[in-house]
Amino acid sequence: MSKRDLSCEEVIERLFDYLDRELDHRQAADMERHLSRCRDCFTRAEFEKRLRARVAASGTVKAPPRLYRRIVNLLDRFDDDDPDMPH
Amino acid sequence: MTDTSQLALTSRAWLAPRQRANPGNVMIFHDASHRRQWFEQRLEPLMDRLYGTALRLTRNPDDAEDIVADAVVRAWSQLDKLRDPERFDAWLFHILTNTFISEWRRRQSRPQAAADFDTASPEALDADGFTLFQQLHQPFLLWWGSLEDQFFNILLQEELQEALDALPEPYRVAIVLVEVQGYTYEEVSGLLGIPLGTVRSRLSRARSLLQKRLWRQAREAGVAPDHTGKEGRQP
Repeated sequence: MSKRDLSCEEVIERLFDYLDRELDHRQAADMERHLSRCRDCFTRAEFEKRLRARVAASGTVKAPPRLYRRIVNLLDRFDDDDPDMPH
Repeated sequence: MTDTSQLALTSRAWLAPRQRANPGNVMIFHDASHRRQWFEQRLEPLMDRLYGTALRLTRNPDDAEDIVADAVVRAWSQLDKLRDPERFDAWLFHILTNTFISEWRRRQSRPQAAADFDTASPEALDADGFTLFQQLHQPFLLWWGSLEDQFFNILLQEELQEALDALPEPYRVAIVLVEVQGYTYEEVSGLLGIPLGTVRSRLSRARSLLQKRLWRQAREAGVAPDHTGKEGRQP
């Protein structure tokens, strides 16, 4: 499969597909080649990556301790009610 | 020796009756308490991520707790279906997502909640194509550092969470599934039962809206390209 030189417009258009790992291997390689050579697109991609990492980190929040205790109690009750579970 | 190899080597294997009917299963435990211990050891380190993900999806701490509890009990009751112990985390998060989506669909079927989610609000249309980078980026270097760096330095996780929580539900769900949970567009399409194109448009709008809100917050916090002459300059 031949390499293709992408324009800056094409790179920006596909940037989120690239960051979301939606591009195939060849398309991703074309993007990476452009990003390794173009400072403007590289800067934009790094910005979106940093923001994306912060969004991903928002999915971790200290769980209230009572939640784990509630779950343990639910599992105990589930086991007590399960006829297959040896007691 | 890893826990997985201990499972495989155990001589006094105890299999739940449902597992006996499922001979391909590699999950073998010494006894019921070993099974429970194995489950809890894997669950505990995931609690903050499970709760955080549920909170981003639901926006409501009580609903988030309910969904995590429901998902964990479902996982425990279906543990025999887990073929590869190494995939426990992904499997549990998938159950969490499905638990949320079931509840979400149930709520959507209520008359007052049956809004047309793919009709974008005026705010969403207004934000279409907005990029924070264009507002912040300086084509030249500033002696005090870049505005992008300044933006990330002042961006508090709480503010980002608030901006995410303020997104209309379908946009928020799409961005959480892709950027927090790492699902592919195709998986989101399957999970939500919507066309691939709708996944893309929701994601695109979610990002534009999110970035516009963050830009507003950044300006309020004093990050403003007064020197660029771009739109968004502070008076």
